[in-house]
Amino acid sequence: MSAKTRPLSPHLQVYKPQLTSIMSISHRVTGIALAVGTLLLVWWLMAAASGPDAFATVQGFIGSWFGYLVLFGFTYCLMYHLCNGIRHLFWDAGHGFELETVYKSGWYTVYGSIGLTVVAWLIGIAAL
Amino acid sequence: MAEFTLPANSKPKIGNTYPAPSGAKRTKTFKIYRYDPDKSETPRIDSYTLDLDDMAPMVLDALIKIKNDVDTTLTFRRSCREGICGSCSMNIDGTNTLACLKPIDEVKGEVHIYPLPHMPVIKDLVPDLATPYAQLASVEPWLQTKTPPPPNQERLQSPEEREKLDGLWECVLCFCCTTSCPSYWWNGDRYLGPAVLLQAYRWIADSRDEFTGERLDALEDPFRLYRCHTIMNCTKTCPKHLNPAKAIAEIKKLMVMRQ
Repeated sequence: MSAKTRPLSPHLQVYKPQLTSIMSISHRVTGIALAVGTLLLVWWLMAAASGPDAFATVQGFIGSWFGYLVLFGFTYCLMYHLCNGIRHLFWDAGHGFELETVYKSGWYTVYGSIGLTVVAWLIGIAAL
Repeated sequence: MAEFTLPANSKPKIGNTYPAPSGAKRTKTFKIYRYDPDKSETPRIDSYTLDLDDMAPMVLDALIKIKNDVDTTLTFRRSCREGICGSCSMNIDGTNTLACLKPIDEVKGEVHIYPLPHMPVIKDLVPDLATPYAQLASVEPWLQTKTPPPPNQERLQSPEEREKLDGLWECVLCFCCTTSCPSYWWNGDRYLGPAVLLQAYRWIADSRDEFTGERLDALEDPFRLYRCHTIMNCTKTCPKHLNPAKAIAEIKKLMVMRQ
């Protein structure tokens, strides 16, 4: 039997999701989401530059319940990517590799990003 | 490009069921990946129910019990049965470990057993490890020197220098870590993987080795070393409680420091 016809053993299908891998893929997903979200920012800035009518359209979208949902998601992605990015900086410097520390910093990142998102929105809503 | 699904010839289907022996009071069901290269069939999952009161406590004991008493065709690697040889590495209950070190009662419900993930399967629980072995050979895992050996004695090392190898030399090359790494799943042809990089660092960290520069040169590559994205599945799964992710980070640090 040649090596080419051998079956490939199951991988994603059977490997247990765990904090390590879930946080890693979330870092990528939030990074992509931030890039897409930046397009929204560009749309807003371009509208602001092109006149009051265009600006009102964008403001109308952002002020809708769907716009708020997108902005809330954008905020969380930013906070998660920021916190986990700091975690990665510590790793790059060679710190925090003990499994216990990895899990501790992981949960800090998850709860920290939720907390920062809520705080940012409380400040934002208070300023309305 | 990474393929997240299994090719058509690799999707396991439901296989045979072997019921519990009569009179068994405490039973456990083992769902085991089976593939026979001599038949033109896709892999299947066979189900074996065993009597826990009639066997020893580890998952490897269950596999041996099945092979001895239920189904002699079940194929797996094993040797020392005490976590020293690294032969019985496989995916048990969703994570990679050595079957001999995994107590059955740690698994709730049915015990799912697969070969090490994302590897070509030779038969049943036996993956083809030719690629990781070739990758291991590529890092030249032996002492290399430029100076002549001291006359009539070994190359000496202080206890402190020797201590730097702790956590590295204990690796049994079971490849649990390498095959737990999503980065290795998608780029295993070019990324060396955690086990091999830990071995590479074992020689970089050795005070007697005089080829550190050459070793780092060989690793300075976007794939061989830098496909490590610090996912940490490797350290999480290591049955010997070693830290391949930290060893890789130390190599990355040395790359920066030598610039």
